[in-house]
Amino acid sequence: MAVTVSRPRLNWRERMYLPAIVAGLAITLKHFKNMLLGRTKVTMQYPEEKWDSHLPDHYRGAPALVRDSDGRVRCVACQLCEFICPPRAIKIIPGEIPSTDQFAKVEKYPEEFDIDMIRCIFCGMCEEVCPEQAIYLRKDYAITGFTRADMVHHKEKLLEIGGVMHGVVLKWNEKK
Amino acid sequence: MDYFLITTSLLKIAAILFLVILPMVSYSVYAERRVSAFIQDRRGPNRVGPAGLFQPIADMFKLLLKEDFTPANVNTFYYWLAPCLAMMPAIITIAVVPFGSTLFGVPMVIADINVGILYVFAIASLGVYGIVLAGWASNSKYPFLGGVRSSSQMISYELSLGLAVIPIFLLVGNLRLTSVVRYQIEHGWMIAPFVGDWLNPWKWLLAFPMIISFVVFAIAIFAETNRLPFDLPEAEQELAGGYHTEYSSMKFALFFLGEYAAMITGSAVIVTLFFGGWHLPLPSWHGGFHWALVDGSAPGWRGVVGGLFNIATFFAKVAVLLFFFIWVRFTLPRFRYDQLMRLGWLFFFEIALVNIFIAAIILAYVPS
Repeated sequence: MAVTVSRPRLNWRERMYLPAIVAGLAITLKHFKNMLLGRTKVTMQYPEEKWDSHLPDHYRGAPALVRDSDGRVRCVACQLCEFICPPRAIKIIPGEIPSTDQFAKVEKYPEEFDIDMIRCIFCGMCEEVCPEQAIYLRKDYAITGFTRADMVHHKEKLLEIGGVMHGVVLKWNEKK
Repeated sequence: MDYFLITTSLLKIAAILFLVILPMVSYSVYAERRVSAFIQDRRGPNRVGPAGLFQPIADMFKLLLKEDFTPANVNTFYYWLAPCLAMMPAIITIAVVPFGSTLFGVPMVIADINVGILYVFAIASLGVYGIVLAGWASNSKYPFLGGVRSSSQMISYELSLGLAVIPIFLLVGNLRLTSVVRYQIEHGWMIAPFVGDWLNPWKWLLAFPMIISFVVFAIAIFAETNRLPFDLPEAEQELAGGYHTEYSSMKFALFFLGEYAAMITGSAVIVTLFFGGWHLPLPSWHGGFHWALVDGSAPGWRGVVGGLFNIATFFAKVAVLLFFFIWVRFTLPRFRYDQLMRLGWLFFFEIALVNIFIAAIILAYVPS
């Protein structure tokens, strides 16, 4: 069905367009002037300014392994995170801790711990599932690399991002 | 042979082209991007060099190093000819525009010919051939539509462009552009005659048709240079870039820079006709208030400084107009094609025509 759109009748001032054009020019000039005077809020200028100091505590960045205050890698290679990981980004090869070691009763440690950051979706399931409080999502978000191999975080890289975690449960103390 | 004339002309051509026009073209692209960004609350290009000032150089390298691709089914000869035709008229129009008074006794205009404004119109209208040939030679639908639109648009607006300046030449009585500037130095700028006997009401009455002329001429220049309210030939949203869709690399750059060169010459002509050219009166209080004329005629270093000051004044005025061009582009939406034609034929043409009569009637009654 054809619909007739009723158009408003313009008076002679509106039909001349020039007042409207001048009003438009005034608006754009105002924006230009505010920008020159630095009154306009603009986008964060990324490489110079970063989100880092503004990130909230619950921010989920790159997952990382942590050490405890004794310097031991907290991970016991139970592989729960590997099983829960939705995109299957985590690969763990467990190794056995020799009986002479100070932490012999832990029995297992991760010989290799790889997280493929191309696959990782920063969901935080690994952190949630970990019974040892060994894997945490840190605030690193700019994960870059030139090849796919560069984008796999090996154990050393994960420990470097994670650092040492103080004040968590220390259940592998030999006195317990 | 007058070797002095030839040498000074060549020097003037080289200096004005390589020291002023071409840098101005590339920096007007930068200005366009920067001003548009500021108007739209963005930062614009600010990475290359301080405040992004080396951006044009980076752009140039990018355009030079891109693959120069020629599609298989184009008409090669015209396909190559079109970019040259887009750039050349805009640059050679500047030859008759007086961009300064004198420097070391040499008049600062490359060719002071007695058909000045006719030369400007004749050469500037050649610019349409670049666009039409590009659209036709590309053998592609969108460029073709752009070319067709461009030719009809330019023809429509050249009419009001030519008629709009007639009142000025009725007043000056001479087509030479240096005479127009000389007249404005003696009697005040066309649209603001505050120099000379500024209390004379007849002069201000004459400024009225001049302002109408200015508005019509400026709008027609917008249409001639395909700037935004009238950029129908390009119309990237409708025509995918219009006439230069099939062009790449430096050939595209020639179209792109040709548009800016045309803007600069258009602004230069507007400045010459309506804003007193290189003339900037300075207030002086020697024996009562009056406007002092600064030009290159004074002896010694004062003349050199005066001449350079005039050249700087001229290009500063051109820069202000270029800002206006950019400002308008980022304020107004594009006209629809039929509105454009209606505006050209039914309004500007008539306004310019009536304006000639108004100016002629006033001139007939002005006590001289």
